[in-house]
Amino acid sequence: MRPVHVVCTVVVVGLAGCSRTSSIPNDATNSSFASYDAGAVPGGPGAKQSYALGHAAADSAIAAMNQDIGPDGAELPAGRGTVARGVVVYAAQCSQCHGAKGEGLPTFPKLVGRDSAGAPKPEFQFATTNKTKTIGNYWPYATTLFDYIKRAMPFATPGSMSDDDVYAVTAYLLSTNAIIPDTVTLDATSLRAVRMPARDHFVPDNRQPTATTKE
Amino acid sequence: MTDLSRRDLIAGAAGFLGGAALGGLPLALEGQGAAPAAPSAPPPPRPVAPRPVAPLDATSMPGAPTAALGARSEYFAPTRIPNGTPVGSSRTPLQDLTGTITPSDLHFERHHAGIPTLDPERHTLTIHGLVDHPMSFTVSDIKRFPQVTRTYFIECSGNGGAGYRDPKPDTTPQPIAGLFSTSEWTGVPLATLFREVGVKPDATWFLAEGGDACKLARSIPIAKAWDDAMIVWAQNGEPLRPAQGYPMRLLLPGFEGNSNVKWIRRLELGTQPWMTRWETSKYTDPLPDGTAQIFTFEIDAKSVITSPCYPNMIAARGWHSVNGLAWSGRGRITRVEVSIDGGAAWHDAELLNTPQPKSTVRFQYMWNWQGTDAVLLSRATDDAGYVQPTRTAMIAERGAYTDYHFNQIVGWKVDRRGAVTFHGET
Repeated sequence: MRPVHVVCTVVVVGLAGCSRTSSIPNDATNSSFASYDAGAVPGGPGAKQSYALGHAAADSAIAAMNQDIGPDGAELPAGRGTVARGVVVYAAQCSQCHGAKGEGLPTFPKLVGRDSAGAPKPEFQFATTNKTKTIGNYWPYATTLFDYIKRAMPFATPGSMSDDDVYAVTAYLLSTNAIIPDTVTLDATSLRAVRMPARDHFVPDNRQPTATTKE
Repeated sequence: MTDLSRRDLIAGAAGFLGGAALGGLPLALEGQGAAPAAPSAPPPPRPVAPRPVAPLDATSMPGAPTAALGARSEYFAPTRIPNGTPVGSSRTPLQDLTGTITPSDLHFERHHAGIPTLDPERHTLTIHGLVDHPMSFTVSDIKRFPQVTRTYFIECSGNGGAGYRDPKPDTTPQPIAGLFSTSEWTGVPLATLFREVGVKPDATWFLAEGGDACKLARSIPIAKAWDDAMIVWAQNGEPLRPAQGYPMRLLLPGFEGNSNVKWIRRLELGTQPWMTRWETSKYTDPLPDGTAQIFTFEIDAKSVITSPCYPNMIAARGWHSVNGLAWSGRGRITRVEVSIDGGAAWHDAELLNTPQPKSTVRFQYMWNWQGTDAVLLSRATDDAGYVQPTRTAMIAERGAYTDYHFNQIVGWKVDRRGAVTFHGET
């Protein structure tokens, strides 16, 4: 047995040498950068040391850019908007591309459309039928609406709408998709409470990367 | 002026007036992924430029002088297929290219609010959230970090849709696979920047945000940052092209194109995904069982034969190089097989470059055509053992109306006259 152990040791040392070579970040093996830090860079400052480049980001500079709204709505700003106000804002800011009632135009997405209330899973059929995805039948989180409208809409003048108007348009789109009543005034608290109909249909990527689908 | 250029001018004017009628909005094309063209009359024939005139004997006179910028041969004029809108795409002419690198001016495009003009002296990348030191880096700061150079493909998540649902025989590689390009990228490992700012141990995701008009944003698992993600600032030996993210972009090797955020301006570290519009309403994969997969980042193994292809004729009997491209977002391509009889028999193709993880390989199979009917197919296998599926298998698993991540086997039908047409029904 002992000679075998000796052979194994040699092999392990050999492999360690190989993996060291292949971890050179600029070689052609596209290897991971997991062990590539300042200590691994010739002439660099050494492991755990900084290059001391860049500058501290001021809170105000970060706040000016960071308007993300996550799925729990924790970052939702102050403000509020009614469905009635949303009808007015939608007509002025959104309808020329998305249609008078969110029906979409040939090259702009449809926004409105619902599966029947309490729809069973078979009705969520976007893989086997040519069914258009809408806010009402596909979007899993209402917070995404606020984030996206504030982030990117209206298309020609993104970022131009007040938070109150973003709440109002969000309220209108949720109402016209029959997700909230048209009497609701939407604010941070009430938007956080909205649960979208499609929410439970979404599952993590469960593809089988090693599956052989050869017939 | 040729008929075609006159027609283009008229179409351009109509598009401009149409945009004006919409209150100055540029006409936008927003579909499921890379919107397929609306069903309509067959497209007009491609422009045929007058053939350049060359001297009968080029050795009898001096040639052209040197020039500040090079140009392609007048006999070779490949073009992308743009739809000409800010929310749109243009496709790489794979059938015109050789090797694996895509010339930068032919790299595919997919933009969601047009190409921004960013001043490299003003643009910065800010990293904040669950970090010890929130920091901003100018482009020149980023270039002072140790640089790495690697060759990776980027593929739009919607690439291949045109050959999937309703395959048409008069289709070139460009519409069926041209939302795919390969470049040599230079930049800094994201892990280096994350070490600089001191990522807190509870950070599990980061949001990557672009500086374009929609501030495109995607949530990425932090493991990708510690593995092989990069902030790149150069492509094929020069600064990024504006359409590829100038002055810097996120590069996530093997991940779907949309997550490789261009014009990157901000990275925020957090504990959960943000569920942006592009990772919920778009770029998710509904399945026949009534679920929809979310965060399907990795591009599965795929291949396409780019020669021969429609609309070319195989002009002569005898030997031909059947060749094309293969890639996988999960690892190395280990094998490409070619069939000349529609998949009854498969033959190992030669790999013309050493396959690298999450990169592109060109394959070749020599074929002695003797004027018979044939169906040429290619099938890629990666080092995870995954084999590219047939269209039939993919439809059974994913449904006919899925919008993203098409990697079914495709090929070309050759008839006894040598006419080549697209073959998608595998």
